[in-house]
Amino acid sequence: MIKLEQIHRDFQVGDQTVHALDDINLEITQGEYLSVMGPSGSGKSTLLNLIGMLDHATSGIYTLNGQNVTQMDEHQEAETRNRHIGFVFQAFHLIPRLTAAENIELPLVLAGMSPAERYQRVEQALKAMNLIERAHHKPDQLSGGQRQRVAIARATITEPAVLLADEPTGNLDQKSGQDVIDTLETLNKKGITLIVVTHDHHLGDRSHRSLKMVDGRIVSDRSHVQAET
Amino acid sequence: MIPADVFSYSWQSLKGYRARTLLMLLAMCISVASVLLLTALGEGARRYVNNEFASLGTNLVIVIPGRSETAGVGLNTMMGVTPRDLTLDDARALRRHHAVTRIAPLNIGAVEASWQNRKREVTVMGSTHELLDLRHWKLAAGQFLPQADWDRSSPVCVIGKKIRDELFGAQAALGQWLRLGENRYRVIGIMASEGRSIGVDVQEIVIIPVSSAQSLLNTPSLFRILIETKSRESMQKVIDFALDTIKQRHYGEEDVTVITQDAVLQTFDNILAALTYGVGGIAAISLAVAGILIMNVMLVAVSQRTTEIGLLKALGASRRKILLLILSEALLLSLLGAMLGFILGLAGSWGIRLALPELEAYPPLWAMLASLLVAIMTGLLFSLMPAARAAKLDAVSALQGGH
Repeated sequence: MIKLEQIHRDFQVGDQTVHALDDINLEITQGEYLSVMGPSGSGKSTLLNLIGMLDHATSGIYTLNGQNVTQMDEHQEAETRNRHIGFVFQAFHLIPRLTAAENIELPLVLAGMSPAERYQRVEQALKAMNLIERAHHKPDQLSGGQRQRVAIARATITEPAVLLADEPTGNLDQKSGQDVIDTLETLNKKGITLIVVTHDHHLGDRSHRSLKMVDGRIVSDRSHVQAET
Repeated sequence: MIPADVFSYSWQSLKGYRARTLLMLLAMCISVASVLLLTALGEGARRYVNNEFASLGTNLVIVIPGRSETAGVGLNTMMGVTPRDLTLDDARALRRHHAVTRIAPLNIGAVEASWQNRKREVTVMGSTHELLDLRHWKLAAGQFLPQADWDRSSPVCVIGKKIRDELFGAQAALGQWLRLGENRYRVIGIMASEGRSIGVDVQEIVIIPVSSAQSLLNTPSLFRILIETKSRESMQKVIDFALDTIKQRHYGEEDVTVITQDAVLQTFDNILAALTYGVGGIAAISLAVAGILIMNVMLVAVSQRTTEIGLLKALGASRRKILLLILSEALLLSLLGAMLGFILGLAGSWGIRLALPELEAYPPLWAMLASLLVAIMTGLLFSLMPAARAAKLDAVSALQGGH
């Protein structure tokens, strides 16, 4: 469902050109559980942003669900992002003045869905994330794990095909981190394509397929059997 | 996004940054209120002057002795010739014109009035019975001067309310003999307390027949001749007729000035309207200043909320939606500010009306509409730039809280 062909992403830093992504060729099928690892500056976040259409390739072709993303205009991109892609960030990025439920609702609001329909979906998501009692709390009244679960609920509320997580456990303690990983993996088992960028080898080992990146290139791509199943 | 959501999102973010929202509302509110207040004052002054002149009478032509022109040094000045008196016969001659409906010769002087042991200085006005209707005055009690030959002096007087109160106190004034100078006059009427009338306060005058006044004040000359014409159109004819007639009667000397209250009124009206527009314009500058403040605060808001905007983009908000959100926030702010400004402005002009009841200080409709429009326009215009900046933000660096 995701296909990257000869993707280059160059940045201009001063008078030097930095190749953040250097000839990336990658194919990801529906329902995969993929981790991307590598040192800082290896281009793993850039890859994630590019798949999430927040960043654009300097050259190459990106196809998502058979659609050529590289040729979309800004409006189509935003719509595709809204419908097919969910983001989970290390810093959660919840809007502090909105309640948990309102934060979760946001992608549906942007999509223009009616309040009645939204309400149902948000209720379900809150239930699934075990956040019912926290629905009307503001982010600063939630624990880190709860915040990230709100963020995951928000990322999945439009039922996207792809969930992109950039260091989702980076700001969490061991237990909350495990909690979040469990949540993500449950979603993956239900069919969502999960792509996780991480420094955490433990997390990398749990994924079904792991990429290792160095200097904008994919240096290893191996599939392995999940340890626990 | 559906409009209700755009509204509630903007509302939430205004509520989220309370201090800046309140400051902006204050700025907007004060500038809108000052537009309303200043134009209300200007408009009140205009109405006040209008009413003053309306109370002088309608279609009024006023003949004043003397020529008001800058003739420079001529033969007359050298020889020390003063203008001829305006006399009752002059007034009588003017009455002949068919467009003249009412005419009132006027004599004015100050004498001492007394009743029993009370005394005071009063302004005595000598005139005829047509004066009442011509000046749109009202009687509180009794009757006005009798309809009689102008030359016939009769010992009657009509007094203002204040004179009545001061000289007669609680006792009935009608039918009493009021002493004016050396003569005594029977009080036959009391003027209603007519609030305003340029020049003389009706409450403090004593009106007697014109020929009585001539002998009392010992002068045959008139102070004014007031003429009411049939219509506005016939005023010019009457003016020409008056000038011609007086010139003939005064041996070819055009030694009177004829004015209409319309001409004076028009001048005042123009001046005060210009004044109102002027102060309105000055106040509008403060609206523009408020607009610049909005721009500044919106710019800060956008950079404060860089991550939020990045997030919205990640969640699938297009540039247009971001633009829409920021603009509607500014619009909401201007509308709320304008509303508060209306409340403050209307309350303020109500306060002015309480303090100065003479001044009908209502902000004019055009000023209300214009200030609302300008408030909205400045709100939108000055937030366009910050909104465009927000829409253009690069999502990736915005999410990193970058620039």
